[in-house]
Amino acid sequence: MSHASTYTPSTGIEKWLDKRLPIIRMSADFMDFPTPKNLNYWWTFGGILAVCLVIQIVTGIVLAMHYTPHVDLAFASVEHIMRDVNYGWLMRYVHANGASMFFIAVYIHMFRGLYYGSYKEPREVVWMLGVVIFLLMMATAFMGYVLPWGQMSYWGATVITNLFSAIPVVGDSVRTLLWGGFSVDNPTLNRFFSLHYLLPFAIFGVVALHIWAFHTSGNNNPSGVEIKDVKKDAVPFHPYYTVKDGFAIVVFLILFASFVFFNPNALGHADNYIEANPLSTPAHIVPEWYFLPFYAMLRAITFDIGPIPAKLGGVITMFSSILILFVLPWLDTSKVRSMRYRPVARMWFVLFVITCVFLGWLGGKPAEGSYVLFAQIATAYYFAFFLLILPLLGLLETPKPLPRSISESVLPKTKPETSAAPGAPAAAE
Amino acid sequence: MTTSDVSQTGDASEKGEPTRRDFIHIFAAATAAAGAGAVLWPLVHQMNPDASVLALSTKDVDLSAVPVGQAIKVMWQGKPVFIRHRTEDEITQAESVPLSALKDDVSRNANLSGQGEATDNARVTAADGQARPEWLIVVGVCTHLGCIPLGTSAGENRGEYNGWFCPCHGSHYDVAGRIRKGPAPENLPIPPVEFLSDTLVKIG
Repeated sequence: MSHASTYTPSTGIEKWLDKRLPIIRMSADFMDFPTPKNLNYWWTFGGILAVCLVIQIVTGIVLAMHYTPHVDLAFASVEHIMRDVNYGWLMRYVHANGASMFFIAVYIHMFRGLYYGSYKEPREVVWMLGVVIFLLMMATAFMGYVLPWGQMSYWGATVITNLFSAIPVVGDSVRTLLWGGFSVDNPTLNRFFSLHYLLPFAIFGVVALHIWAFHTSGNNNPSGVEIKDVKKDAVPFHPYYTVKDGFAIVVFLILFASFVFFNPNALGHADNYIEANPLSTPAHIVPEWYFLPFYAMLRAITFDIGPIPAKLGGVITMFSSILILFVLPWLDTSKVRSMRYRPVARMWFVLFVITCVFLGWLGGKPAEGSYVLFAQIATAYYFAFFLLILPLLGLLETPKPLPRSISESVLPKTKPETSAAPGAPAAAE
Repeated sequence: MTTSDVSQTGDASEKGEPTRRDFIHIFAAATAAAGAGAVLWPLVHQMNPDASVLALSTKDVDLSAVPVGQAIKVMWQGKPVFIRHRTEDEITQAESVPLSALKDDVSRNANLSGQGEATDNARVTAADGQARPEWLIVVGVCTHLGCIPLGTSAGENRGEYNGWFCPCHGSHYDVAGRIRKGPAPENLPIPPVEFLSDTLVKIG
């Protein structure tokens, strides 16, 4: 859906620049991009995520000016930021809560993509780039959480780096390479700081590709029907969606600010205000909330699967739960994008969302008793949704009739009924 | 292009034989690949433990301060090492476990190159090949995901097998540090141990 350029350079300097670096043309075309006119508020999370990334980069650069990546000084330097640095408390709370806000937004964005079939032809690459961004986000968030060098930082890092030792043959060497020693220690903290600074810029690059990709395929939309007539089905991105996205961003920032100013530690763990101690493991190691569903799946595999020991099985399950998203476009056999027109798939989707939330809850519970069994059932459903339900439903389900166009899906099909219908007296006034 | 040019390059390649030019292309590409590898290796290897980390890789511990029935934790290579002064009862208990009851029947004793069966005797063998059943020395890092098992300090939960219990994911180790129950795949490893005297031990 890349569109013909509508930009005409008016001033002399614009004409001069346009022949040498058409950057104004690119921006103008970006603003003028024909966008489906029926996008709902679930579509505003892309813009919200862009804002989140910028907030994290800006506050992160500021924090790096005051933070010390050394095992003896890191914990104290974070308290120094909180107490001594002008507005340090604000920068740190925005950055720490910003990570949570980023994940809230990305999960909504991903569920939206799942529901409306935004991963289907011709948007497979858009989706796969999104999964790459998600993986980079997880790596960045994990390493960032290690930097304050609290108990959860240290033990979270220990548990996650130990996952790599489950890899057959080279596992121990890989783990030593990650650590730069024989346990999580100063070299580990240093390299995590370096990479935590680097990866957001890598995310920035992949985001550019993500946007380029959907500017080539065009936006999906709630009807899942492609734009047929640009005049009838689409509106220019600006001002229609700059304003809509802008409003959503403001609402989102209100939620963000309510955490930063009224409950800044609600999403963190109290144990991370205890300095890291390699000789004492906290009673329950829990990752940040946004990793809990994956943590639950890791711990759900308590049994050997044939020749695969339980530990490796758990690691494979956890990584597969994300890697499976890469092949999702080819697992879903239905040609109908939007689940608005797939009544059966919609029910399974709702159950899938509930399962993910349930897994998140289980991830915060100790791995014992019936919690393990529940986690195993939920993990089984997570994978069945992708490997059984979506492939089979495409063949078995009869979708509702699709609208002929985006325009038809949002406009009344026949003449609108008279507004004199009972229950609508306000309209008459 | 002249006719002679065509015949020169055409001759050899028509017969399917590599030309001198093919050789130069492959040679140049291979040199570049070797160069890239030579550049990549330092960039990867710099992440491995450095000389200052390796220099701290042994530790001497005085055992005379550990009474029978108690255990201590010492740091070695950034990890805790548990040293338990076992009672007669504990030794008998550990020795009576048949190999078939073990989840991991490999000794995991660095002094035996990690090989052999995980008998209690093998678990307490030091570098000199001598077994000292009263001293059990294990690396106190759960083989599941690296938490520190409880059971060293007095009053801590020692698990169902009277050894150690990992609170993170519920692994139970027996009084010879062998995994008996839970998700951990291996016995607690025994570090290289050298008895310098009856009460002085070098770990590492």
